[in-house]
Amino acid sequence: MKRIAVFIPLAIFAGFAVALWLGLSNDPTHIPSVLIDKPMPPFELAPVVPGQRGLSHADLKGRVSLVNVFGSWCGVCTEEHPTLMKLAANRTIAIYGIDWKDTPADGAKWLAEHGDPYIRVGNDETGRTALDLGVTGAPETFVVDRNGKVRYKQIGAITDTVWHDTLAPLVAKLEAER
Amino acid sequence: MNRRILLKILAALVLVQGLAVQAAFAVLPDEMLPDAGQEARAVALSKNLRCVVCQNQNIDDSAAPIARDMRLLLRERIAAGDTDDKAVAYLVQRYGNYVLLKPPFQTDTILLWISPFAVLAIAAIGFFVSIRNRRSIATGKPLSASERQQLERLLNATPKSGSGTPKS
Amino acid sequence: MIAEVGRFALILAFMISVSQAILPLIGAYRNDRRLMSFADAAAQAQFFFVAVAFACLVYCFVTSDYSVEVVAANSNARMPLLYRVTGTWGNHEGSMLLWSFILALFGATIGTFGKAIPNRLRARVLSVQGIIGLGFLAFILFTSNPFARLFPAPIEGNGLNPLLEDPGLAFHPPFLYLGYVGFSTAFSFAAAALIEGGAGAAWARYARPWILAAWILLTVGICGGSIWAYYELGWGGWWGWDPVENASLMPWLLGTALLHCALVVERRQAFIRWTLLLGVMTFTMSLVGTFVVRSGVLSSVHAFALDPARGVFILGLIVVATGGSLALYAIRSSKLPIGEPFGLVSRETSLLLNNVLIVSAMATVFVGTFYPLFIDLIGRDKISVGPPFYALTFVPIAIPILVVMVVGPFLKWRQDRLASALRETRPALIAAVLTAVAILALSLGTQIPAALGLGLAAWIAVGSLQILFRRIRLGRVAFSESVRLAFALPRSTYGVVAAHLGIGLLVAGITGSVFWKEELVLAMKPGQVTQFAGYKIEMLKAEVGQTDDYEFQRGFFSAAMGEDRSPILLIPELRFYPGRQSETTEASIRSGPIANLYMNMGEQNGETWPVHLFYHPLVVWIWIGAFFMALGGALSWSNGRLRSLARAPASAKIAAAE
Repeated sequence: MKRIAVFIPLAIFAGFAVALWLGLSNDPTHIPSVLIDKPMPPFELAPVVPGQRGLSHADLKGRVSLVNVFGSWCGVCTEEHPTLMKLAANRTIAIYGIDWKDTPADGAKWLAEHGDPYIRVGNDETGRTALDLGVTGAPETFVVDRNGKVRYKQIGAITDTVWHDTLAPLVAKLEAER
Repeated sequence: MNRRILLKILAALVLVQGLAVQAAFAVLPDEMLPDAGQEARAVALSKNLRCVVCQNQNIDDSAAPIARDMRLLLRERIAAGDTDDKAVAYLVQRYGNYVLLKPPFQTDTILLWISPFAVLAIAAIGFFVSIRNRRSIATGKPLSASERQQLERLLNATPKSGSGTPKS
Repeated sequence: MIAEVGRFALILAFMISVSQAILPLIGAYRNDRRLMSFADAAAQAQFFFVAVAFACLVYCFVTSDYSVEVVAANSNARMPLLYRVTGTWGNHEGSMLLWSFILALFGATIGTFGKAIPNRLRARVLSVQGIIGLGFLAFILFTSNPFARLFPAPIEGNGLNPLLEDPGLAFHPPFLYLGYVGFSTAFSFAAAALIEGGAGAAWARYARPWILAAWILLTVGICGGSIWAYYELGWGGWWGWDPVENASLMPWLLGTALLHCALVVERRQAFIRWTLLLGVMTFTMSLVGTFVVRSGVLSSVHAFALDPARGVFILGLIVVATGGSLALYAIRSSKLPIGEPFGLVSRETSLLLNNVLIVSAMATVFVGTFYPLFIDLIGRDKISVGPPFYALTFVPIAIPILVVMVVGPFLKWRQDRLASALRETRPALIAAVLTAVAILALSLGTQIPAALGLGLAAWIAVGSLQILFRRIRLGRVAFSESVRLAFALPRSTYGVVAAHLGIGLLVAGITGSVFWKEELVLAMKPGQVTQFAGYKIEMLKAEVGQTDDYEFQRGFFSAAMGEDRSPILLIPELRFYPGRQSETTEASIRSGPIANLYMNMGEQNGETWPVHLFYHPLVVWIWIGAFFMALGGALSWSNGRLRSLARAPASAKIAAAE
């Protein structure tokens, strides 16, 4: 018994070291969405550009889509935007936008400057809808299926790599679903 | 004379705390609820709510915009009549257990909550086991006949040496 | 040029550390005097070159040489000289160089001033120091080169993070590292003992001053960090159970247990296994702390830039150092002497209980810190573990320690009776009960936790003083005789008294500031008056302005307690740093032995300014208590220096004989 007991500190340490090793490829600040496989929470947002229609959760039913959370104050969103413009131009996927923590005026100006890839954009000036969606920063993008269920949340910008490696296969799978 | 002043101050400290209503606190005055009782509840609950974009701060201590949004949302729920549990659950529904600074008590966190006391228990058991063997030390009991014979044998057989401590 | 000199010096130091790691070990094995004494020279040489490298880096920072990458990223010529110097270690690469500098410093000090340590032991100790030094110098040279050049050099440097532009940065990291890294000596001594195959009273005698020195420095470092957080972060928090804070608490807890164990080894040749294990694990927790801050494994306010590649390297270092030592322990354990027996009620038993409780407390902090990682790795949930967890787990385990620590010092070695020890602690018990009852009475029965906390503080404080009183036989002999005895007492007695007293003060400070604190937020404008914590607070005026570094908004407030007292002036400030696009608050704090008045002001909102007021009773006693702990350690340390030169007990002489 004594013989085994002396190896216990080493064993515990070994386990701990393995955990730390695995932890290196893990991002602790990366909070997965609690909405996965749940319906998109109900929301109703006013339009960003006056005269347009705004965005509500009901708009998301019927086809697979992306819901992109952005803001005119968000630098990374500006970097991400060309990729979204490309996807919209090629009609690859339906993209909806939520303009987070912006006045409608600021949001409209930014879209006019950088282009508008969104079928519909809603303005969330107070940030309440973003809270309902569990948003922690911009840009974040939800992948929503035909039935309005959230299937994936992309935290951070959608780059070409992210699209090709992660989102495109997922979208293809969702579109094949009934 | 000085002693009396000290006592007065101590009493003032103690009485002030005992009698004063716990003053409300939020980061900005315009967020505070008009009802002092509700505001106090919000403050107490905030101590357990993590700012989701901060490294380890509660929503009251953080200056981040999301923290402010969360403070406002919490107060909205309380003002709407939610109980403490329901208001917190509202946020957990949106952000998951990550938002709780006091980890929930569920199957995968049982180990977390139990292990401090488990370690203590195991260590205590080890402690008691190791000292149980010690009880016979220095009890002052004389050696029995067989023990005395064993001692004689050892003393006569082993050459006197001075290296290290004898193994007991 | 200077940067290249620095780099070259590091390479030389690295090469020396390789030889320092290998040759003395061979020398000790072969009993080769020359190879063994090489350790001293190597340690000194390694220190010299690391010092040169460190000086070069400081020079680059002070002269704002933006062609050096870390300087461009972290410094700015417009900063005052103090921050150009302290900015050297306000970043990952510079702080790793500071790490190595202190590691080499300890090695060189052992090599220079540790001549009393037997040659073989000293050679092995310095070899292990050399191995650790080798690891860190390799880490710096291969992954974290502070002298990397930036081409083309930018015209402006980024400057320090405004939170770091503070005297606290001059103080907290160096002392913390001195403590953290100082425990490398405990590790080296333990590893040397394991290599040697034994450790006895003599070994403990030689090791103890180094362990004590590291412990004192770490206490000061953690205390400094707590004070800094208190006045810098804006809400008067002095401990947040942040993962990196915990990473400094864990070696401190183990180091405390180690200190007490080493005492037992020295006196009674017992607890040898405990001591060696604790020696290894204390420094392991230092290494783990270093790992945690730089690898991105845990999210923390302290984290440097996240880089998993660097994390792999440090993890490798930890695996080799700790894994090797623990494996060695497992193999050698049977050869270690068992130690002299002791009875059920004895000083040894109380210290064993002390160990058990401290290790459990440390395990609590450990579990809380790393559980989010573990649970994430098994893919289950993302959780947070914050202050509420520790309040429910750490505190209940700490309280028995605080109770037992008063009785322990009165127990005799080897065998005693509990009744006689408890009799000595009766004054402490009376003080505790009186305090608790007084507070309950004054608060009309409402302040129960505060009563218990302060009662506990009184128990510890009076109990510590009682150690002194018993030694000078206060009340049992003439007062003049007591005074004479007091002057004749060894400094180590005063050390114990001061250190334990410090804990009592710490508990008092924590109790007051946790259970009696008050807070108030409101919008104020000039001329407005409000009541808070017995003070009449009036806003006098607000001011806007700017300096080279930042723009500020300042508020002037008077706080008066009662009509006959002269008012205090409070000037909280809000600073905006255009260069870094960030904002900090500079709180206005009036400290006092009874309480601190703490005030913060936010940005102007229309006609008013948002104002936060805090009242923190007894909070300064937390840091005064920590100071007394460090003072006690220093008193014991100064005594130990003399003792190591004095006669060693017979058994120790035998164990030391080669």
